[in-house]
Amino acid sequence: MALIRGLFLGLALLGLAQAPAVAQQKFITVASTTSTEQSGLFKHMLPVFEKKTGIQVRVVAQGTGQALDMGRRGDADVVFVHDKVAEEKFVADGFGVQRFEVMYNDFVLVGPKADPAKIAGTKDIVAGYQKIAAAKAPFASRGDKSGTHAAELRLWRVAGIDPQTGKGGWYRETGSGMGPTLNTASSMNAYAFTDRGTWLSFKNRGDLVIVVEGDQQLFNQYGIMLVNPARHTHVKKEMGQTFVDWVVSAEGQKAIADYKIGADQLFFPNAKR
Amino acid sequence: MTSLWEAFAAAWALIAGFDATLAQIVGLSLQVSLSAVLIATCFGLPLGAAIAVERFAGRQALIVLLNALMGLPPVVVGLLVYLLLSRAGPLGSLGILFTPTAMVIAQTLLIVPIIAALSRQTLEDAWREYDEQLRSLGARRLNAAMTLIWDTRFSLLTILLAGFGRAAAEVGAVMIVGGNIDGVTRVMTTTIALETSKGDLPLALGLGIVLIGLVLLLNTAAALLRELAQRRYG
Repeated sequence: MALIRGLFLGLALLGLAQAPAVAQQKFITVASTTSTEQSGLFKHMLPVFEKKTGIQVRVVAQGTGQALDMGRRGDADVVFVHDKVAEEKFVADGFGVQRFEVMYNDFVLVGPKADPAKIAGTKDIVAGYQKIAAAKAPFASRGDKSGTHAAELRLWRVAGIDPQTGKGGWYRETGSGMGPTLNTASSMNAYAFTDRGTWLSFKNRGDLVIVVEGDQQLFNQYGIMLVNPARHTHVKKEMGQTFVDWVVSAEGQKAIADYKIGADQLFFPNAKR
Repeated sequence: MTSLWEAFAAAWALIAGFDATLAQIVGLSLQVSLSAVLIATCFGLPLGAAIAVERFAGRQALIVLLNALMGLPPVVVGLLVYLLLSRAGPLGSLGILFTPTAMVIAQTLLIVPIIAALSRQTLEDAWREYDEQLRSLGARRLNAAMTLIWDTRFSLLTILLAGFGRAAAEVGAVMIVGGNIDGVTRVMTTTIALETSKGDLPLALGLGIVLIGLVLLLNTAAALLRELAQRRYG
């Protein structure tokens, strides 16, 4: 074991020698979701924070489930995700310190222009789901335990439908991120449940358009929390807390509100202070 | 068809436009994969040579194992290294998860079997050919191995290139242990995966063309080197 440890340490030193500039910088690691990264929000807001504090924010973007797991293992200092139920459990289990609400955007249902379930332009997501199931129209699901996947499944439950009955038929789980799932939906003209941010910045739309939007139930809340330093002593609690405080501060909230693609604002800050 | 042309246009724009971000990503790709090849050679080549010239119990089984390990899925190696280096894992205290070092470790593990297995085959073939000769000169096994490595150095170079190709092309391992962090652990393959996720398929394919171009350039350099050396030493 000592030998292996020594070996890895040697490799580690080699790595440090390769990239001294990176090693010396003050940084925190944030586990976040593909929706915040791929929509371009972080590229817009993080430089503002880095310039102000000199703290580099390293974002590892994954599904919410995986991001929370990263926090549980102590591999991140801060978790910034969107699945309120799972986040509250994360804090209740002692892995996070305190959860702060940050912002929201909304989910939309996209589908082919041909619209086999005849739901384009409607507002009722639950009725939309029921019509898709009735028409057995192809539906591409994330199937990856992400926040978006959790929200999609919650709505199926509300609609009183078990999508697993259509598995392999009209209901197709891609087991991948939002972008790959949209790529799949676009190539097989399927309906898909997506956050608006990823949709707006997604380029390979093919025949897909938004079919259902604006339902209260499509609300998508993001939360941020420091990983509990009592649980993982190496967590950079000062720098991590500085980031959490900044995100919910007036300045952080403004940086979020300012981010637009074209004329569309992607995220709506709603931190309670 | 149009998206293929768009991809070539995107590749050209990337090369002609030479932006600093891309240069940094390309640089990191090369740095990580070349380091991995270098380290893997330090372990894999002696291992391959030892198995080639030594006779011991379980040798055949070891050869089969090494050959099988050439087919290690990168994502499995990535997961293994992730669990080792994670704060909750046995080597978590090093704090090197999500750094280029972690990526080098994962790629090294991935290509050690390739270098060991292929060099074992090459050296063993040469050993069969020169066995008598080397024995009659009274060479010890260590010396014999050194001689064989020197004699087959051009074939071994191709093996290193195969190792490099595997390292530079994989995305599964570096994605997991590096985390694809912008400006820190983002390499060519993870960038391609990211742009594919964003649905920017022409840009993704364009980056792929740049990557292939790079590998081609490196192989050309190796071929030239080999040509020159062969002319000089015969």
